[in-house]
Amino acid sequence: MKKVKSDKLATKAKSATKAKSAKKKDSNLVSINFSLNGKQVGVRVHPMDRLLDVLRDELGHFGTKEGCGEGECGACSVLIDDELVNTCLVPVLQVSGRKIRTIEALKGGKELAALQNAFVVQNGTQCGFCTPGMIMAAVHLLETNAQPSEEQIREAMAGNLCRCTGYVKIVKAVQMAAEEIGGGLL
Amino acid sequence: MGEVKKSSIGSSLNRVEGLPKVSGKSCYAADMNVPNQLFGGTVRTKLPRGRVRAVEFGKGIPWKEFTVVTAKDIPSKNAITCLIDDQPCLVDGNFQHAEEAVVLLAHPDRGMLQKGLANVIIHEEPLPAVLDLDEAADASQVIYGTDNNLKKFVIQKGDVDSVWSKAWKIVEGVYRTGAQEQMYIETNGMLAVASAKEGVTVWGSLQCPYYVHKALLGVFGFPPEKIRVVQLETGGGFGGKEDYPSLLAAHVALLALKSKKPVKMIYDRREDMAATTKRHPSRTKHRTAIDKDGKLLAMEIEFILDGGAYTTLSPVVVSRGGLHASGPYLCPNVRVKTRAVATNTPPHGAFRGFGAPQSLFAVERHMEKVARAAGLAPDEFRKRNLIKTGDATATGQIVRDCVNLQALLEKALAAANYHEKRERFARKNPTSKIKRGIGFSVFMHGAGFTGSGESYLASVAAVEAGADGKIHALASNTEIGQGKNTVFTQIVADALGVDPSLVVIDQPDTKFVPNSGPTVASRSTMIVGKLLQDAAIGLKQILLQGKYIRAGYSTKEFQTAAAKYVKQFGKLKTYAEFQLPAHIHWDDVNYEGDAYSTFAWAVYVSEVEVDTLTYEARVTDFVALQEIGRVVNPVLAAGQIEGGVTQGIGYALYENCVYKDGRMINNQMSNYIIPTAIDTPNIKVMFEEVPCPWGPGGAKGIGELPLDGPAPAILNAVENAIGVSVDILPATPEVIFQAMKNAQGGH
Ligand code: FES
Ligand code: FES
Repeated sequence: MKKVKSDKLATKAKSATKAKSAKKKDSNLVSINFSLNGKQVGVRVHPMDRLLDVLRDELGHFGTKEGCGEGECGACSVLIDDELVNTCLVPVLQVSGRKIRTIEALKGGKELAALQNAFVVQNGTQCGFCTPGMIMAAVHLLETNAQPSEEQIREAMAGNLCRCTGYVKIVKAVQMAAEEIGGGLL
Repeated sequence: MGEVKKSSIGSSLNRVEGLPKVSGKSCYAADMNVPNQLFGGTVRTKLPRGRVRAVEFGKGIPWKEFTVVTAKDIPSKNAITCLIDDQPCLVDGNFQHAEEAVVLLAHPDRGMLQKGLANVIIHEEPLPAVLDLDEAADASQVIYGTDNNLKKFVIQKGDVDSVWSKAWKIVEGVYRTGAQEQMYIETNGMLAVASAKEGVTVWGSLQCPYYVHKALLGVFGFPPEKIRVVQLETGGGFGGKEDYPSLLAAHVALLALKSKKPVKMIYDRREDMAATTKRHPSRTKHRTAIDKDGKLLAMEIEFILDGGAYTTLSPVVVSRGGLHASGPYLCPNVRVKTRAVATNTPPHGAFRGFGAPQSLFAVERHMEKVARAAGLAPDEFRKRNLIKTGDATATGQIVRDCVNLQALLEKALAAANYHEKRERFARKNPTSKIKRGIGFSVFMHGAGFTGSGESYLASVAAVEAGADGKIHALASNTEIGQGKNTVFTQIVADALGVDPSLVVIDQPDTKFVPNSGPTVASRSTMIVGKLLQDAAIGLKQILLQGKYIRAGYSTKEFQTAAAKYVKQFGKLKTYAEFQLPAHIHWDDVNYEGDAYSTFAWAVYVSEVEVDTLTYEARVTDFVALQEIGRVVNPVLAAGQIEGGVTQGIGYALYENCVYKDGRMINNQMSNYIIPTAIDTPNIKVMFEEVPCPWGPGGAKGIGELPLDGPAPAILNAVENAIGVSVDILPATPEVIFQAMKNAQGGH
């Protein structure tokens, strides 16, 4: 048995992302390709694997979170072909050939950048667990409606649960980002 | 990302760990993976009370690939040490509630783990169970000790019994609250490695590293230095990750010890909701005597909490609840009889407010009734009875805070336009299907541990300069979203007189940080912040006295000096230990004296509408005014209030834990409803700043306060809207319907 050094484990935590499991030898696997944050990726997976698990365990994109696993909390939201989707409900087969954007999109466009900044400045993130999904919902909103009213913001974010903020500062953050983009600050 | 604002206390420094959070880079328990890890899971009891007769491992499962842990594998004590040792780590024979852990499994593949979990059959034999508070309280069936009591105490002031015969009026009421799920969006999760030689290390989502440390000591019997607990980024706690992580840590570490591999266990939402702690259900009975002037003569209160099957934290929860039960009022004669009773449900535990939301709901609903009996408007009645600086509370504590509750009340009511709305709603409601109402609550929350709790704890915090001259704050208090990292940064920067960018908050890791106590009881800012402030002042003094820096130094000069000192002497580190302020005297046995070193005070005003067709109530406007000493970070503080108020709205109207045979049956986000962005109003937060002499820079605790006030304010508003008292939480449409029906029947 290899000795496990606990100190090393802590630093390795995020690097050892692709937890290899027994299923790799499985003959039921299929190859699926899609675009992830602007890059083409290919995975060998069970067609019914949840997109959420594929993003996290196969592709090391841990920004997308699981809060409920049943489509209620929105912590797992990403954009698929510009639509907001809960990845815990999506079999990976469905995204073959499509375009996925997650919180990790480095060149995610002006909306993502403005929202990330506004969420910090306005304290729209507390524990942070709902935040990636919340920001993706806000990206989707601002891409479809550049100047939403407070009511429209609240409606657009109603599929994403946050237990920390009471939503007030999330609404403010979205308003701030919308203003910044509208005012040509970015 | 935003400009760095020069210091410190009173400024809205951006959340220091904000950037990784908004870019998805923060590492939570589920995000941590290590080579060769196994996935762990738990097989649980189904009956509310009984005996495990046998455990059967089903056919067709490759059990050889699994690590299987039962009570027999526990190296030392089969108990999770909390206040006492009555909760087993794993069931060995008898059990006291459903969802109690019997068998632990680990496997490299998650799919196979699920199959394994589904194929372990626990053969249970029933024993008589007690499933609710009333049944437990009358003790006709005893399931715990000799009388089902987990804790019992009485607070006495004056002599209530001498008053009843002289009273002008006597008003009685019974108030009930249900369990509430914390519903942190990140479920509980841990990862562990363990070996007899190297000991146990766990990484996880948790609030109190040293609670987990203590529990693991008991289960493994290793020396303290061989137990290490590290907090990862934690996706919310609200009390829900105060005691339960000790149990989960023990489970995952037992699997790691037996398998000799790292084991990770992440609860799914259903398991988390069914098996982990919730807010205690309560029943409060009030009997109040007043004189002709509407002054309180006597308050007799019976306050009972349902603690669930084991003691866990119930004695301290019921203690705080009892100490808040008579509210912010001056009354010469008070008797509060409190009990926490055992039932055969999973243990109830800490949830933001810790007993106070239950007892304050009762007293603030009751005062509304007493006001009516006195023929006074709710605010006029409160004004005649609110406690003032220099008055004695129910425990005989003299209020030292410079607080003017009358003025606070007036200010909040004015901000909410209370009088105009009350008049307008009264005019319009009779002809409307949507009835509107406005109500308020006046309340306080004791900051820090009750009584001498802080002395027993004797917390220690430290600051230390790194080789690069950066200053590290070392404390075991955890960032769970509340903003602790940022507030500590501000306090240390302020004490050192440097820019906040020089301060680093180290990850809570029992190997490196001292025990500054748990992250609970609104104590982090006030108690631990003060320790860090003292330690930082000490460190600055060393550099000043050694002439490494001179008055008027810049941040750069300070950093250079600190680095030089470290290079020369190898170490620059200072500690501070908690000292009870000299004026605090508390008698634990008789519940007399200074229950808290200070209180935060507040008035909340809520506006509601009730649809008389659907019986749904909705909060349409909310004003939260509080006196919390000096506000360290206004934006973060407002965030705490808004979040707490929203949880309070859920507590008041939506969040209903439904139990059947001792098991929660709506343990899903789809049928346990928490407020969304469209269920919450825009919450107006206001602070009245009266610096507190004991806190760092004048700050008090704040975390729990905002959950105390919303429910009574909202239900007072509901009563104003429909003219019927609703005294049960949550006031779901069914509850409101029933109350209206009962009221009609009565006429
Ligand atoms: S995890 Fe997908 S919606 Fe909650
Ligand atoms: S910030 Fe914690 S759940 Fe939203």
